[in-house]
Amino acid sequence: MNSKRDHGGLDRRGFLGVGAGTAATLPLLSSLAGAATPPPAPPPDPRAATNVTLRINGQDHRLAIDPRTSLLDALRDHAGLTGAKKGCDHGQCGACTVLVDGTRVLSCLTFAVMAQGREITTIEGLAGPGGALHPMQQAFIDHDAFQCGYCTPGQIMSAVACVQEGHAQSDADIREYMSGNLCRCAAYPNIVAAVRQAKSEMEGA
Amino acid sequence: MRPFQYERADTLEGAVKAAGTGGATQFIAGGTTLSDLMKLDVMRPERLVDVNPAAGGPAGRIEATKSGLRLGAMVRMAEAAEHPAVKTDYPVIAQALQLAASQQIRNMASLGGNLLQRTRCEYFRQVSWPCNKREPGSGCAAMDGVNRLHAVLGTSDACIASYPGDFAQALVALDAVVETVREKGGARRIALSDLHRPPGDTPQVETVLEPGELITAITVPAGPWTRRSLYLKIRDRDSYAFALASAAVALDLDGEVVREARIALGGIATVPWRAREAEAALRGKTMDEAAATAAAEAALAGAQPRGDNAFKVPLAKQTIVRALMDAKRMET
Repeated sequence: MNSKRDHGGLDRRGFLGVGAGTAATLPLLSSLAGAATPPPAPPPDPRAATNVTLRINGQDHRLAIDPRTSLLDALRDHAGLTGAKKGCDHGQCGACTVLVDGTRVLSCLTFAVMAQGREITTIEGLAGPGGALHPMQQAFIDHDAFQCGYCTPGQIMSAVACVQEGHAQSDADIREYMSGNLCRCAAYPNIVAAVRQAKSEMEGA
Repeated sequence: MRPFQYERADTLEGAVKAAGTGGATQFIAGGTTLSDLMKLDVMRPERLVDVNPAAGGPAGRIEATKSGLRLGAMVRMAEAAEHPAVKTDYPVIAQALQLAASQQIRNMASLGGNLLQRTRCEYFRQVSWPCNKREPGSGCAAMDGVNRLHAVLGTSDACIASYPGDFAQALVALDAVVETVREKGGARRIALSDLHRPPGDTPQVETVLEPGELITAITVPAGPWTRRSLYLKIRDRDSYAFALASAAVALDLDGEVVREARIALGGIATVPWRAREAEAALRGKTMDEAAATAAAEAALAGAQPRGDNAFKVPLAKQTIVRALMDAKRMET
């Protein structure tokens, strides 16, 4: 596997069609606070693509994106990682849940430009090096914790964090701390059972 | 979504400098409300100043001392909710944070941003409806619309949207203060109870902050009532929902007699609502269900329900009574 991949406009999902070469000639939006600004430059065009480097699942991805791009759209449409799902796109369903610096967040309510310099983990980054499933992934299979599967990547990412936070101490605890992940098929009892199983395995490991 | 320029600031002071006082610039921290409203074309900033790097500095710290609590504005909701001193000495704050939103959102949202979340209703969120808050003078679709979730206290002819937060009620009850920084005029301190403005004729102006002014910290004075405090939130579902009615209460008891009671209400008012009449009704009384009921009646005396939300008046009263009785029974 490449340790560095360049997806700037080269990806099949690069709807903006902005090539990395083009983007490189555009002004970079960067930290203006405290920067010396001797020659007054014209204000940057807010529609111009900006170059960002996102570290996703241990790999750097150089992307040329519109600053309006959510982290979710950057993952799915620019980095080609379609595991995180777009359910509501308004922070209500949890299908887009990913980890940023180990903390679960909603990628649909995060602008990708704000995630630079952070360690992003998606469902694609959860399995072990040889492809061995994470205990949470295996537990979801063992307990039949999904039907259509659309919410599952978000459920699993959220559940991994739920255990790591220490918020899976009881079934009630799991239900409360997983309440940001909706399952339209209502597989909730099986999800709770899966989280309970994975918790003992994750803590035993 | 409309295009915007993105800048990043390392400190809150730097952010204020970068923002200037133009109304088209917004600060962004967790972004959980702002990005949602930008997608809906309800908020249209031309520039975003990202203040998240400031979380690494003093704005990201919690300090608990004998004189009180100091919460940096960039502390995340989840972190403050789990802070041992907050949980033990200011349970109403920890519970108000814990019962809000989902864990993902609590991980993202800053405390300062939480206080400044927009007061909003479903009509505000959809640009096809008239809304005096979104488009001043266009009317209010909620007045005679579906207004089950709307406010019954602090309303005006222009707007009946309910303040959706929980944290601010805990702070209002405990006489908290926000510290702010401005580009011109420097730092200032604003009592939480003065921060949010009732809608009046200008529902689009929700706080007393000036354009470009930024909250840097929240301070909560220590008091004999902070340990005997709790937040009771009544919702349509058990978790991850806005309050239909909520009560932040804190009691200082001498045996069973109320020395001091602090009560703030959520889910039913246009701003975080301090129920001072209810507090006055309790002072010096024996804390029992009759006294709690009298206090609840006083709190809701001025309620103005509008159709679908009439159920909130008895619900809020029952919420106050239960919160007070639960607080009385707390081991401190």
